[in-house]
Amino acid sequence: MDLFLQNIVNGLQWGSFYALIALGYSMVYSILMLFNFAHGDVFMVGSYIGFGVATALLGFVALTGIPLPGWLILILTILFSMFFTSFVGMFIERVGYRPLRDAPRASAAITGLMIGIILETGNLAILGARRLSFPQLIESATYQFGGVYVTNKKILIVGVSLGLMYLLHRFIQKSKWGMAMRAMSFDFQAVPLMGISINKIAPLTFAIGSALAAAAGILYGLAYPVLDPYMGILLGWKAFVAAILGGRGSILGAALAGFLMGFIEIFVAWIFPSTLRDVIAYSIILLILTFRPHGFFGQAHSTQLRL
Amino acid sequence: MDIPDHISQLHKKGFKARLQGFVTTVPLIGWFLGFLGAVLVEYSLGDLISYYLGLPKIPVLFGLLSVLKKPLLIPGTIGYLILVYGLPILLIVKSLQKPANKLAGFLDKRPVTVAALVHLGLFYGALHLWADMSDYRLLVLKLTMIAVMLTLSINVINGYMGEFSCSHPGFMALGAYTASTITLLLFANDKQFGDALLPEALGLYFFPLALIAGGIAAALGALVIAIPSFRTRGDYLAIISLAFLFIVKSLIENLEFVGGPRGMSSQPHYSTLPMVFIVMVLCIWIINNFVRSTMGKALNAVRDNELAAEAMTVNTRKTKIITFMFGAFWAGVAGGLFAHVLRYVNPGSFGIQRLAEILAMVYFGGLNSVTGSIVGAVSINILSEALRPLEIYKWIIIPLLLILVMLFRPTGLIAFTEFKPKELMKPRQQLGEE
Repeated sequence: MDLFLQNIVNGLQWGSFYALIALGYSMVYSILMLFNFAHGDVFMVGSYIGFGVATALLGFVALTGIPLPGWLILILTILFSMFFTSFVGMFIERVGYRPLRDAPRASAAITGLMIGIILETGNLAILGARRLSFPQLIESATYQFGGVYVTNKKILIVGVSLGLMYLLHRFIQKSKWGMAMRAMSFDFQAVPLMGISINKIAPLTFAIGSALAAAAGILYGLAYPVLDPYMGILLGWKAFVAAILGGRGSILGAALAGFLMGFIEIFVAWIFPSTLRDVIAYSIILLILTFRPHGFFGQAHSTQLRL
Repeated sequence: MDIPDHISQLHKKGFKARLQGFVTTVPLIGWFLGFLGAVLVEYSLGDLISYYLGLPKIPVLFGLLSVLKKPLLIPGTIGYLILVYGLPILLIVKSLQKPANKLAGFLDKRPVTVAALVHLGLFYGALHLWADMSDYRLLVLKLTMIAVMLTLSINVINGYMGEFSCSHPGFMALGAYTASTITLLLFANDKQFGDALLPEALGLYFFPLALIAGGIAAALGALVIAIPSFRTRGDYLAIISLAFLFIVKSLIENLEFVGGPRGMSSQPHYSTLPMVFIVMVLCIWIINNFVRSTMGKALNAVRDNELAAEAMTVNTRKTKIITFMFGAFWAGVAGGLFAHVLRYVNPGSFGIQRLAEILAMVYFGGLNSVTGSIVGAVSINILSEALRPLEIYKWIIIPLLLILVMLFRPTGLIAFTEFKPKELMKPRQQLGEE
């Protein structure tokens, strides 16, 4: 029982990375009906930017002697990295997706993939193949509830993710921009006639998705402090599958499916040999998709390929 | 007497018009003869010419490799290319213009098969000599031919059928492992399966059967994807096939019996150049016939408007499933060849990276076009070999190039064309009218 609860905690942590990344995929899809295949690499870039910001802040502290506490540095790191990474997202939209809005959908998918490769390789070329270790900004502490061990980082990771998701939900439901986004995802053709420019909404969507991915990147860096340029491939593709599982374009679905993905992986690794993790996890997802082709919350609308 | 346009152009002034007139009046077989001549020159005089031009050895891949490493060699390499390729080809093509046209006219009256065989024989001879000069060329050539097969087979799915399949590396892996298991089990003494069960001499004759078995394994894998995913349209196939790719890769990693993550090695040396060439030609021929058949037209109809196709009595589901399995079959065959070219496979070579490479080739060359696939596969492959000295920057340049192609020609360079061998082999000049 303790082990079960322990795995629930682990699954929550692991799932929050997937959920945050999957949100980015799903938001872009809901507006443009396209997947941003470079999103996994945006997560990686966000993690590296977080590394840069954290190092700079630590250097600032060491240089000036102003004693900033660790949690403040962490919060600043997350905020700054989200801000910077959102520009990466907008850049991808401007270069890879806006010119191809009327082109076949597959072409945009290809540019997305290629931008992802450029981000990976560019990182490798600039920083070299050595792996960076993310600075540990807060002291590790472990709390025990019954037989379950919870570190403060796990609480932080799950808490920050849930908080960001709540903020996103508020933004989309209550703000004017959020309303514009919802309208755009409802009708791509008519809403621009109402004076809402797609050229503002699409970059905004990319920016928000990228900012969430950056937050996921920093949280990932806290939990697993080794960064390498290909870390986005592994998590990104799985989060992509989670976004599908949640229903294309559904924000709530993406978040839930992200957590579900985390649970599936952690529990499969607990019950079966861990090398079988991918086989079983993907088989479960295939089964779910066979019976619910549109995911949990997706609408069954036909998406004719514009080829 | 009427003078045809392309001949009257010859009498016009201007270098461009003359060149154009000259180029358009040489039949394909003339160019093949020119290439053969150039290769013969290189074969006999290559070492001598490169010695006098101050090159350390003959430029293996048209000098592209050495030039990037040592820019000082650029003049020598250009001189070599002109002396060995440029001049002989021009001379032979010019002097044989009339006989070549006569020959092409003669072949044009024969059945297409005969003409095609003559052309292919000539082309193969030239390629064989060309590849004979260095092992590296041989390897690049074989891998390029395999890439052509892969690109064509994915074009059937992504181009002609208009779906987005991501599982090609998975099909390749199925083919590679099935074919390797058969050849290693039956014809080779190795660590994994012990002694050969059949005499090794038979191996080369059974190899095509092993390839077909690999293709069938891939096609069965495709059936597993196809049954659930062709119920709805859209990106559904993309996701299912992506999951399939991960499952296959991870499953192979867990199968100790085929070596697990270590992979399989020491496959017998069956993927010789003639074998790869013949399989590639068969692949091009069969796929070209497939996409021009009624089935291929039905396929385009399904892509452009599924409801209308259904109304016109096309069985859309059957069409899609058969096509998907057909594409997967050729990917499996290519995978089998691939395993026997490198004589080593491991699950790591069939991941997302390979998928990006295959997609790059097909979208660069052009959707819905056999010619485009060939051009895309050859150019991306040669480019990625040529840029090898740039190390990782290669993976910045090639994606950038592809993004540019997508921005300016979203369906690829040579998209939506038909590949007509008979037109290609026609004589380019009406004799006796000059």
